[in-house]
Amino acid sequence: MEASERRVISVIVVNEASVLSRITDLFSGRGYNITSLTVAPIPDSKYSRLTIVTSGSIRVIEQITKQLHKLIPVLRVYEHADLVEKEMALIKFPISENISDIAALCAAYNGKIVNVGDNVFIAMVADEPKRVDNFLKIINKYNPKEIVRSGAVALER
Amino acid sequence: MQISGAQMVIEALIAEGVDTVFGYPGGAIMNVYDEIYKQTNFKHILTRHEQAAVHAAEGYSKVSGKVGVAMITSGPGFTNAVTGLADAYMDSIPLVVISGQVPMSLIGTDAFQEIDAVGISRSCTKHNYLVTDASDLPRVLKEAFYIAASGRPGPVHVDIPKDVTAQIAEFDYSIELNLETYKPHVKGNPRQIKKAMEAISKAKRPIFYLGGGIINSNAAYEVRELVHATGIPAVETFMARGTLSHDDELLISMLGMHGSYAANMAMSETDLVIGLGARFDDRVTGKLAEFAKNAGVIHVDIDPASISKLVNADYPIVGDVKNVVKEMIELLSMINPTKYKAWRETIRNFDELHPLTYHEDSERLKPQWVIQRVGELLGDSANISTDVGQHQMWTAQFYPFTRPRQFISSGGLGTMGFGFPAAMGVKAACPEKISINFTGDGSILMNCQELMTAVEKKLPVINIILNNNFLGMVRQWQTLFYNKRHSETDLSVQPDFVKLSEAFGGLGYRVNTKDEFDAALKDAVEKNVVTFIEVIVERLENVMPMVPAGGSLFNMMLLEKKEK
Repeated sequence: MEASERRVISVIVVNEASVLSRITDLFSGRGYNITSLTVAPIPDSKYSRLTIVTSGSIRVIEQITKQLHKLIPVLRVYEHADLVEKEMALIKFPISENISDIAALCAAYNGKIVNVGDNVFIAMVADEPKRVDNFLKIINKYNPKEIVRSGAVALER
Repeated sequence: MQISGAQMVIEALIAEGVDTVFGYPGGAIMNVYDEIYKQTNFKHILTRHEQAAVHAAEGYSKVSGKVGVAMITSGPGFTNAVTGLADAYMDSIPLVVISGQVPMSLIGTDAFQEIDAVGISRSCTKHNYLVTDASDLPRVLKEAFYIAASGRPGPVHVDIPKDVTAQIAEFDYSIELNLETYKPHVKGNPRQIKKAMEAISKAKRPIFYLGGGIINSNAAYEVRELVHATGIPAVETFMARGTLSHDDELLISMLGMHGSYAANMAMSETDLVIGLGARFDDRVTGKLAEFAKNAGVIHVDIDPASISKLVNADYPIVGDVKNVVKEMIELLSMINPTKYKAWRETIRNFDELHPLTYHEDSERLKPQWVIQRVGELLGDSANISTDVGQHQMWTAQFYPFTRPRQFISSGGLGTMGFGFPAAMGVKAACPEKISINFTGDGSILMNCQELMTAVEKKLPVINIILNNNFLGMVRQWQTLFYNKRHSETDLSVQPDFVKLSEAFGGLGYRVNTKDEFDAALKDAVEKNVVTFIEVIVERLENVMPMVPAGGSLFNMMLLEKKEK
């Protein structure tokens, strides 16, 4: 077996009906992994940008980029080597947890408390996916009730 | 001009020069069929099943090189056609398949005969469209024809809701297409081509590995020129049969699971594989790690995703094989054709050791004899289709093909039931040639209703049913790999094929001997009516040589030698 590596691929697609299904069908149909996928329109254009985190051997990653490029509405495929990558997470805590400790931790991970209610409060962090992993491990002792991750977005340096 | 969506479909087909449409009407496509009724520009051939309509369009396209067109209704009409779409996708056949859909207002409501057609066809088409406004139709149809035929060809599916076919909008087919995201790479990189030619000039035992892309790109005659000028021997894939003429001294034979001993050995011993429009399919390579183990690889393909997908290419060249081969011909002075004499001799010895042959040692006719005999009697004057199974492999092995587009068969998907409707499409496109379909007693029943189409539309396909009362290829695997447990492959219970054909108004013959066969074929050719010739053949004949699935190409099971 060739070594499997984590890879971030950006795909620029025409923003039209069913284009996302074309991408995800390709991954499931050919047995490729999707770790995360984000998509949003590119401002002032007819295109959208997808950021896909995937894993596979070099040969598989090469096939993924080629097969993506083969789809008719795909304009460009970037397989990133040197990139800035960020991911956001929202975490809901019971109001009984130590809010100032959590706020301090959030600050270390580009985050803060974004909402406080009667029974719960919500914290947000935005950092590299690995650091988000780390953050989530650390805050586990504060009994988070719910965690939402956005999936990674990336730009080439 | 302001016309309805249905009229736009007709106008677009006319503008694209379509002369034949294969199809089957139904509720959601009725507006379009109403316009078909009113026009005289193209023929419509009503098949008796939607799958057959798409296979017929495939046969039409494969023999003519034009885009095949099929038209079907929503729901079951569409799902019946899916096998055809998948078949065309696997074999890179350019088709435009137009389906009706329930009206826009009913989409998503589980309406009568509603199915998410584009959702289903997405993974078995090159591209697909759901048209939601008639004003999009001219562009969509123009794109569909362009995408189907350009780059690596393939089927394009256009799904049109019924209300869109009734909607009136502006039709202008002279619009320029602007597909920013689709630009097939057709010209090979000259530096890479030169490097490849240098590699060829240095190789001692090079081999041309010819694939179906050559046929698709109409490059067979350029390839013939290149092969002859270099003196380098060639193997053909199943899909490439007819690229070189069967009597070409440099053609070794077909390679792969049922390739000849010489072809597979040559591929195993070569030091440079020159792949032209071939995709290193598992039925060709056998065990990948052992495939052409000591060879460099030149790979010319229009589809970048085919290159280095399975076998790493040392000299990747993305481009239309016709353009690339023409450029290679320009550089022929780099190659010394006398250099490969010893290599050609080695291959000739392989062939003498285990030639592609069979033994006439049974009371019943041998299926291989039938195929060879048709070759002797009809040769170049026939186009040859097949179904899928043993007869298909024997046809590829033993028919003396002389030209590209002579052989029409389902390679990638391996669709039983392909042959007869495809042969009708072949006949519709190419009436001056005899249209033969070699089939088996299993395959023929998977679209035998097309006897009705063939009778009605006067498409005199001659179906030669090699009847061994078995699902032969599966039976062969059971014999060889499942300890002769012939699970559900014994087809002893059968219809009377003669009466079956006659019941539809066709001809029927049952033959047991060589003389009977000759007489039946002669009669069928003369009478020029759709025919079943049922040939009772040896039941337990195996297709040999055979590379067991996953085995190395050089480890073949071979025909047992008989003492003289």
